[in-house]
Amino acid sequence: MEDAIKIYVEQESGERIELEAPLDMNLSVMEVLKANEFPVQAVCGGMAICATCHVEVLESGELPEMNDDEAYMLETLPHATESSRLSCQLRVNPDLDGLVVRIMPEA
Amino acid sequence: MNKITTDICIVGAGPVGLFAVFEAGLLKMRCHVVDALPAVGGQLSEIYPKKPIYDIPGFPEILAGDLIKNLEQQIAPFHPTFTLGERVEDLEKQEDGSFIVRTVDGTEIACKVVAIAGGLGSFEPRKPAIEHLEKYERKGVEYMVRDPEQFHNKRVVIAGGGDSALDWTIYLAGLCKELTLVHRGTTFRGAPESAAKVLSMAEEGQIRLILKSNVTEVHGEDNLEAVTVMVDNAEPYRIEVDNFIPLFGLVPKLGPIENWGLELEKNAIVVDTEDYSTNVEGVYAIGDVNTYPGKLKLILCGFHEAALMAQSAYNIIYPDKKFVLKYTTVNGIQELQ
Ligand SMILES: Cc1cc2nc3c(=O)[nH]c(=O)nc-3n(C[C@H](O)[C@H](O)[C@H](O)COP(=O)(O)OP(=O)(O)OC[C@H]3O[C@@H](n4cnc5c(N)ncnc54)[C@H](O)[C@@H]3O)c2cc1C
Ligand code: FES
Repeated sequence: MEDAIKIYVEQESGERIELEAPLDMNLSVMEVLKANEFPVQAVCGGMAICATCHVEVLESGELPEMNDDEAYMLETLPHATESSRLSCQLRVNPDLDGLVVRIMPEA
Repeated sequence: MNKITTDICIVGAGPVGLFAVFEAGLLKMRCHVVDALPAVGGQLSEIYPKKPIYDIPGFPEILAGDLIKNLEQQIAPFHPTFTLGERVEDLEKQEDGSFIVRTVDGTEIACKVVAIAGGLGSFEPRKPAIEHLEKYERKGVEYMVRDPEQFHNKRVVIAGGGDSALDWTIYLAGLCKELTLVHRGTTFRGAPESAAKVLSMAEEGQIRLILKSNVTEVHGEDNLEAVTVMVDNAEPYRIEVDNFIPLFGLVPKLGPIENWGLELEKNAIVVDTEDYSTNVEGVYAIGDVNTYPGKLKLILCGFHEAALMAQSAYNIIYPDKKFVLKYTTVNGIQELQ
């Protein structure tokens, strides 16, 4: 399908679960994860102020730059790594096709 | 041990718990409110105090923090009592149908009705992944600064790079014998004045600032004695300390609510929409913590639920009186003595 991209969620076992993310709904990766019933709390609903949508990006194409709010949040998270992102700040767009993420603890 | 007796014990001092005090007060029922956080307001105070809200009837726009202040003012005539900074751990049903509500610090609240307004759960500190950290909790490891005096003349390491890490570093610098701030990043994006102040304090030698670093280990016999700090690409080293304070913000956890014998569905308590009662008689669940077909997690909906809960609770607390609905415009607000 051209109007959707594929996103993969890597499980602890290493298995990758494939998700289809529509391009025409202006969704964030967090919303796609929630819609697929992954255990993402997303308390703040995507405002980059709760960090309960924290993911680690394992593979990706070009990622959008971090805004200050996201960078601030990630900098203060104890479990964040170099490849951490807030999934609510990643908008689904063609560049994200093939994105592989791991949901971080407490997400 | 602290013992309190009341009509309704409200678990959670978010907007819905606070408004429940008002609805109960109108019906002459007393409330005691318990919250794990040291301040009232729930998500509004903790997550978004400065954000405007647009969907509270009668307020085209109001800041979350101001809505909480108004609610406090609105319930003041009913003199509710509070236990703040203590998480409720369990509810015990007594033979006569009443309850004992117990907090983590041993406070006991005897009541006839329990209204759980726990939102997304109690806000717990986000803990770094350090082995054996729990062993030293309250024995040197603190996740909140409850009483700054506790750190007087102590050797303290704070970890974190957000506003609370910056603010407490500034505050405690004058109190501690030795203060170190460990931060994983290289910059601080918190309030620029606080960041500038911390940097200048480090330059002047008032505090030790270790950037691009993490606390990776904690050591000690019974109490905390030292931490290991790992600096980017360098050998880790030990710092002798009395206290380690990781400040990485708070995350809500349903936690103890899961163990109270209530019917749950996806981390929320199942209720009957007639009166927001749960499967345990005398226990109600209102606000974000409950679920039913069509549930919306909005403040407005929680307010409505609080009103219906109070009407139903009245029948438990005053089984012999017949309740007659009155508008506040009829009698005004009559204080509870
Ligand atoms: C960023 C953001 C923006 C929002 N904007 C709006 C908006 O514009 N309009 C709107 O209507 N809603 C909005 N909401 C949703 C709204 O905040 C919630 O619906 C509301 O806070 C629910 O209130 P509550 O009292 O049920 O729970 P909460 O506000 O979550 O309060 C629950 C309280 O219970 C305490 N607690 C839980 N368990 C325990 C325990 N075991 N022991 C002791 N204490 C406990 C917690 O510490 C907490 O303080 C927003 C939410 C967020 C995050
Ligand atoms: S949903 Fe809160 S930070 Fe992403």
